[in-house]
Amino acid sequence: MSADVIVRVTDAVKHFPVQSSGLRRSRDVVHAVDGVSLEIRRGETVGLVGETGCGKSTLARCIARLHDLTSGHVEFEGQDISRLKPRHLGKVRREMQMIFQDPYGSLNPKRRVGSIIGDPFAIHGIASGQDRKRRVQEMMELVGLNPEHFNRFPAEFSGGQRQRIGVARALALRPKLVICDEPVSALDVSIQAQVLNLLTDLQQQLDLTYLFISHDLSVVRHVSDRLMLMYLGKVVESGPSEQVYGRPRHPYSGALLSAVPLPDPRADEGAGEGGPGRRRSVTDPPAGRVPLPPPVARRLNPSVRRRSRSWCPGSEIRLNTPPPATSRWRMGRTWLRPSRHWRRSCGSSSPKPTSRRF
Amino acid sequence: MALLEVKDLHVSFPTDDGVVQAVRGVSFSVERGKTLGIVGESGSGKSVSTQTIMGLTRGANISGEAMFDGRDLLKMSREELQHVRGREIAMVFQDPLSSLHPYYRVGWQIVEMIRNHEKAVSKGAARQRAIDLLKLVGIPQPDVRVDDFPHQFSGGMRQRAMIAMAMALNPQLLIADEPTTALDVTVQAQVLNVIERLQDEFGTAVIMITHDLGVIAETADDVVVMYAGAIMESADRDSIFYDHHHPYTEGLLRSLPAYGGERERLNQIAGQPPSLINLPSGCKFHPRCPYVMDRCLVEEPVLESVDRRFWHRSACWLSHDAAERRAERERVTGEAATA
Repeated sequence: MSADVIVRVTDAVKHFPVQSSGLRRSRDVVHAVDGVSLEIRRGETVGLVGETGCGKSTLARCIARLHDLTSGHVEFEGQDISRLKPRHLGKVRREMQMIFQDPYGSLNPKRRVGSIIGDPFAIHGIASGQDRKRRVQEMMELVGLNPEHFNRFPAEFSGGQRQRIGVARALALRPKLVICDEPVSALDVSIQAQVLNLLTDLQQQLDLTYLFISHDLSVVRHVSDRLMLMYLGKVVESGPSEQVYGRPRHPYSGALLSAVPLPDPRADEGAGEGGPGRRRSVTDPPAGRVPLPPPVARRLNPSVRRRSRSWCPGSEIRLNTPPPATSRWRMGRTWLRPSRHWRRSCGSSSPKPTSRRF
Repeated sequence: MALLEVKDLHVSFPTDDGVVQAVRGVSFSVERGKTLGIVGESGSGKSVSTQTIMGLTRGANISGEAMFDGRDLLKMSREELQHVRGREIAMVFQDPLSSLHPYYRVGWQIVEMIRNHEKAVSKGAARQRAIDLLKLVGIPQPDVRVDDFPHQFSGGMRQRAMIAMAMALNPQLLIADEPTTALDVTVQAQVLNVIERLQDEFGTAVIMITHDLGVIAETADDVVVMYAGAIMESADRDSIFYDHHHPYTEGLLRSLPAYGGERERLNQIAGQPPSLINLPSGCKFHPRCPYVMDRCLVEEPVLESVDRRFWHRSACWLSHDAAERRAERERVTGEAATA
């Protein structure tokens, strides 16, 4: 294992049993994360994208050990943390922090900002009294808040400022890995840019590694070096951001990317030429917009494991052939390896995927 | 003549902390069969303006005029407005779960809506129309799903059911208030497709309210950019995206992560949107504006046409000054030519 890998996830599986109702006992299981492997290297930003319910947040929570994995392993700095006892988790938690989506729900409205940002110091017994106050004010300054607002309540801050409080709290202990779970989704466009710039600046200043989760593809593209697309609990495509955006190989990636409305009305004019990753016109779906998959809701049914088959724009050959082996998708071995069926149906137009290690 | 013409609309809410000036002198018009996009951040007054037109803002102080098909919506009695709402103007809201009644079947809710406005329609005929409508918006197996409860629908299906309900009486105007904000991009694309298809088919005019400039680029014919309760710039879509005049429009567009470009630092708009109780003096955007001048601090610019193109209007002293200088130059050179 190379030294610069900070997180390695191997065949992570997380199943949630469905609550039984009344007298009927249910044996149904939601396959939230279904065999995901990934590596995150020190200092990079890995983007994790997918629709609601694809398992991206569950995966992040499994990495942070907020959920326990059903099977599989998570290594953090070479140490397997997926089976660690809670009392040994302290050190890991110091070095791995999360920023949450909702800047309103993630801050206790009854507590003062100084005490919220001071929490990590208190929990890990690092600083107290005047020392803690000084460090909290340093953090506030670092994220662009006025340190004199130490004694204010969250309600006195706007959405963007609250998210800065969340960032200050996450970075208080100088973690190595920060998991950002939709950090800008709840913010207005102009404020979103402020927070994204802040996160980029802090990454350079503090040598941070980000796992950046979002459903907003243009935001993820802006921040990430590498990108993973999830669908129904599996990673369907991963690779350097430019590659995945510029030439998506998996039909699902193509569909997802083509669904993003671009703030550029004239982008329509080149639709259909650049493949499924380019823009399409609304009135004329065949030109560029790929037919879209059905909602991701039915993960209980094991037959849905034949994931994208029902809507895939590829040829009919694939409909009767088994889905590709998941191991082919493992990051660190191959990248951008689309399923055989897809290549067969589109093989003439798309170049052969090269095998390259990350 | 425009289908809906709003003139100088003011809406304010008295609260314990002071008067919230939600909308301050907004004018816009919607042509038949066209889409007007209203874009702005939270608190810019984009939703309040349209809700006021529909008579949904209780306890507000309202002034202005909203002429719909020759009648002023703001002066209508409750009964008259009830008649217009749903039949002639329909609305789709952001949150499809809370806008459908959880206790009644989806089909029943559409039937109720139809029979409420058209008493002569039989239950059976209304149900058949509900099924046709669900089919129209692309709900699979509409004859079965018509008897489902809202919780049995996915988010996108609920929103499509809302659109089906809105289109039930073939309204002339559809107001879509952030119809896709709660949805995934793939589902969003489906919903936008449905709206566009219905618009083509029935010639419905649409007001699309959103904070997403991508959605605006995709759907709107004309665009109104709102900030702090007033219109900053209004123009046709392409002028907004490629030939904008107002610094706020510029800031909004430049703060978006470029989808195809290089990974560089985003151009952020500094500062926060103002409080609607204590609005800044002069131009309401001046505390965040990179081009702020002395004049901006004291005088508020009005929305005036730029470049003598009457449809492209901007509320900024910069474009006013430019227009004045040009007019002056032409006056001088014109005089010189005649002399």
